[in-house]
Amino acid sequence: MSEVEDRVRKIVVEHLNVEADKVTEKASFIDDLGADSLDQVELVMAFEEEFSVEIPDDAAETIQTFGDAVSFLKKATA
Amino acid sequence: MAEGLMAGKRGLIMGLANNRSIAWGISKALHAQGAELAFAYQGEALKRRVEPLANEVGSDFMVECDVTDEAAVDNAFAEIKKRWGNLDFVVHAIGFSNKDELEGRYIDTTPENFALTMNISVFSFTAVAKRAEALMSEGGSLLTLTYYGSEKYVPNYNVMGVAKAALEASVRYLAVDLGKKGIRVNAISAGAIKTLAASGIAGLRDMLHWQEANSPMRKNVTIDEVGGAAMYLLSDLSSGVSGEIHYVDAGYNIVGMKLLDGAEEE
Repeated sequence: MSEVEDRVRKIVVEHLNVEADKVTEKASFIDDLGADSLDQVELVMAFEEEFSVEIPDDAAETIQTFGDAVSFLKKATA
Repeated sequence: MAEGLMAGKRGLIMGLANNRSIAWGISKALHAQGAELAFAYQGEALKRRVEPLANEVGSDFMVECDVTDEAAVDNAFAEIKKRWGNLDFVVHAIGFSNKDELEGRYIDTTPENFALTMNISVFSFTAVAKRAEALMSEGGSLLTLTYYGSEKYVPNYNVMGVAKAALEASVRYLAVDLGKKGIRVNAISAGAIKTLAASGIAGLRDMLHWQEANSPMRKNVTIDEVGGAAMYLLSDLSSGVSGEIHYVDAGYNIVGMKLLDGAEEE
């Protein structure tokens, strides 16, 4: 498991109050992890803060699952 | 009994969403000075966000309030009257516009969104002031939040800029209407801050970068800095201040030309 994955998972677990093992690569924040549209925005803001990156709106819209977030942030911080 | 500049004062906070909200910075500053707080929320999604924050500042008093619904505003203030009897201050940190119209050209604003934006972002403050007046027999302080996009063009701020101009005008009219009763009405014009609501504005990052590079203090402001100024405007320290638009923007509003040393940044 990569460091990026761990950090993203920690944010998702804390923010959405879900079990860590539910946060799988294909897990959709909204469909599987109980997020609402405000959570979705808050998660993106939390990712930006944790990784000191900027996630533009059009990119944020593509981040629907845990896997999406990890791959975006891996690229953004590479 | 709480101690501090706000000891013995009770107030309603409207527009708290999460711990990045300007309303949160204000709530913390008020709590630190001994104020007793109630929180208005709209709908379940916000209730579950507001509740833990309210608890953090020692409050279990939450009232549901959809400001577009006159009866709901009446109910919220009826609940406050029932529990507290009177009210010392209100913080109005509410605004809304369709995200799709917070980019592109202002001229493309639809009549529906224009009316909705004005109703939620402007009229709600007047509606709240009217109810608050009835609970402020011993005077009080009303505060709303505005932004520089009301005075000058800011890209993408669009109809919200027009609404903020109207909100600032309503601060002056309300200040006169309520002044004889010892009720003061002011606004804080805060620099751009990355909040949940602001994230709906296209190009928020550009606003933040521009302001950081070109404000006298070469920085962006925090919710705690707005909180400090708000506490002053809600406390008796500002008993001689009403109808004021107070800038908390690292000085950005006084600059007439892009700073030359700011030019290289972003």
